[in-house]
Amino acid sequence: MLTALVTLGAAGLVFGSFLALAAQKFRVEEDPKIAEILAVLPGANCGACGFPGCAGLAAAIAKGEAPCNACVPGGDGVAEKLASIMGMACDAVEPMIAVVYCQGDDDRAEIVAEYHGVMDCKALDQLGGSKGCPYGCLGLGTCVRACPFDAMYMSPKGLPVVIEKKCTGCGACVRACPRGVIDLAPVSKRVHILCKSYDKGPQVRKYCKVGCIACRICVRSCPQKAISMDRDTLAKIDYSLCDNCGICATKCPAKTIVDRRRSEAGKQVS
Amino acid sequence: MITVIKKMIGGVPVPGKKELSEKSPIEFAGIPGELVLFMSQHIGAPSVASVKPKDQVKRGQIIAEPGGFVSAALHAPTSGVIKAIEPRYHPVLARMSEAIVLEPDGKHEPAENMSPTASDLDGILPEQIRKLAREAGIVGLGGAAFPTSVKLAPPEDKHIDTYLLNGSECEPYLTADHRVMLEQADKVLFGFRALMKASGVKRGIMCIEDNKPDAIEAIKQAMSSYDGLELAVLSARYPRGGEKQLVHAVLGREVPPPPGLPYDVGVLVSNVGTAYALAEAILTGLPLVERVVTVTGEGVAKPSNFKALLGTPLSYLIERAGGFTGTPGKVILGGPMMGRALKSIDVPVLKGTSGILVLTKEQAVEEPILPCVKCGKCIDACPMGLQPLWISAHAERGLMEEAESFRAMDCIECGCCSYICPAKRPLVQWIKMAKADITSRRKAQR
Repeated sequence: MLTALVTLGAAGLVFGSFLALAAQKFRVEEDPKIAEILAVLPGANCGACGFPGCAGLAAAIAKGEAPCNACVPGGDGVAEKLASIMGMACDAVEPMIAVVYCQGDDDRAEIVAEYHGVMDCKALDQLGGSKGCPYGCLGLGTCVRACPFDAMYMSPKGLPVVIEKKCTGCGACVRACPRGVIDLAPVSKRVHILCKSYDKGPQVRKYCKVGCIACRICVRSCPQKAISMDRDTLAKIDYSLCDNCGICATKCPAKTIVDRRRSEAGKQVS
Repeated sequence: MITVIKKMIGGVPVPGKKELSEKSPIEFAGIPGELVLFMSQHIGAPSVASVKPKDQVKRGQIIAEPGGFVSAALHAPTSGVIKAIEPRYHPVLARMSEAIVLEPDGKHEPAENMSPTASDLDGILPEQIRKLAREAGIVGLGGAAFPTSVKLAPPEDKHIDTYLLNGSECEPYLTADHRVMLEQADKVLFGFRALMKASGVKRGIMCIEDNKPDAIEAIKQAMSSYDGLELAVLSARYPRGGEKQLVHAVLGREVPPPPGLPYDVGVLVSNVGTAYALAEAILTGLPLVERVVTVTGEGVAKPSNFKALLGTPLSYLIERAGGFTGTPGKVILGGPMMGRALKSIDVPVLKGTSGILVLTKEQAVEEPILPCVKCGKCIDACPMGLQPLWISAHAERGLMEEAESFRAMDCIECGCCSYICPAKRPLVQWIKMAKADITSRRKAQR
């Protein structure tokens, strides 16, 4: 009994002091700022900054390789804190939010085929989707599963919905969508053209009740000249020119353009 | 010389279902009201249109030039007017893609410059054959649609000693190659010898599965007048006709993993349909504007083999085959193992379209996808020696790097694993998803 205690104790002492010495000798000097920065970052590892997780961004900021406003989900709050850690001035972050540019849910878009198989939009996209529209939302919720902030859910009618209060604009859903239906838009901009179909008007009418028919009424009615036609078949808003007047939304005959302020005033955004 | 071959790695015995259409002679499908000709008919760069809307064209006239080295020309299948050049829904790319829309005038007038190049192979040089293959827009008709002129000019450092002509047609239901061999054995062999001459290969082996005894007999008879051609009869087992599988079975050579190709082990492989198309181009001057398409399945009234103009709507061909018997369950472009389910039949025949399969409502019942039980049947069935369960399990969870490390890119998408899986897991679909993801990531890195 005593022998065992002494032997183990002695062995422990020898190895312990060896490890303590090794830790002293081979210590890696790490910039203390990295730990500080990491503590400030949101810690969601969403990848919006383009670095491998929050730790990757922290190291890059500490080295001066990334600007201190690189964390979009963190917003101005985080950017300010990072600026004070790094002791430099910092541009404000334009807060962004994910917008689903499709309103073709199960009621409004024509369903042409029944799909059985892998329940992932990327798999369904390889077969062309189950709706008539070759551009719109596929409806299997790959974006919702990709959201690291729980800021999306699928509506009962099969379209993803962004919970604006929770969305940080990290862009994980944008990257997950195989059809590019989701994009980031400035939070302050409330008027959106919710369609991605480049088909001509009559074709769009066949498969969707709310798709852009390229009538150009919005282009003509916009006082700011913020709306233009993309490839002649789809209206697009230049958000840097838009002043949220919402005239286009009232004029749009297909109800493709939505004015989120109006829907917010009336009822909760669905 | 005739050899009989049974060996194969993996694979599954599948019901052939060839009896539905194998007795129907090839008949001309007719001229539909509209032909849609995609710029992307083949692997490689899309063709570039050389006509404008409202142009009058004649049968065999070139309407699109090759868009690069790995590309092919496209010709008008019949006479008529170019109605539009616009994006249409492409059934294989599954997205909108540029197409020439041709409105036939019904006269089927041939172009003036269409004339035979030679009546026998002594009167034509290898370079001439390669040039003709390019000008006639000939691509591999087995499905992948790889431009034939590119295949015929392998890199200098590859020493090619054998040419295989693939008439195995292992895909269930399809009988297009079968009928071509049976009805046009002479032209198939003429085209085969042209392919061999163009690539400078001396040894040619014709490969046919033993479930087509009448085609074997026809080819054997036609072959008796030539020296130097061999015949390999292979036991029917899916995927016998995969080119890597065929090279291994016939010559015992293993094609290295992608980007390895049969020419890395000194072999070229072409489909019998390709040989037939090349023979037509040499003997009559007709470029690749039509192909044999099997319209079959329990869901059509009169399973048939059609000679269809490129761009013919599938709905037209199904109508010609007597229409649906009741409500169709599933319409598949290609065969049941490798084909893809369609969401619309208003899409056209492409150069690579070998068949249209219509399954009934009862046949298309989808069983629930159950968890993997790790039985390993997919590993036994995989002809490439992969582990489909692990590739798909990682792809299912979005772990594409891991899927890649399990050699997802080596998968030939034959479908044996999905077929054999007792848990009814759509393994190939997951693997295809992983492959698309890996490919796009590799492109982004470049």
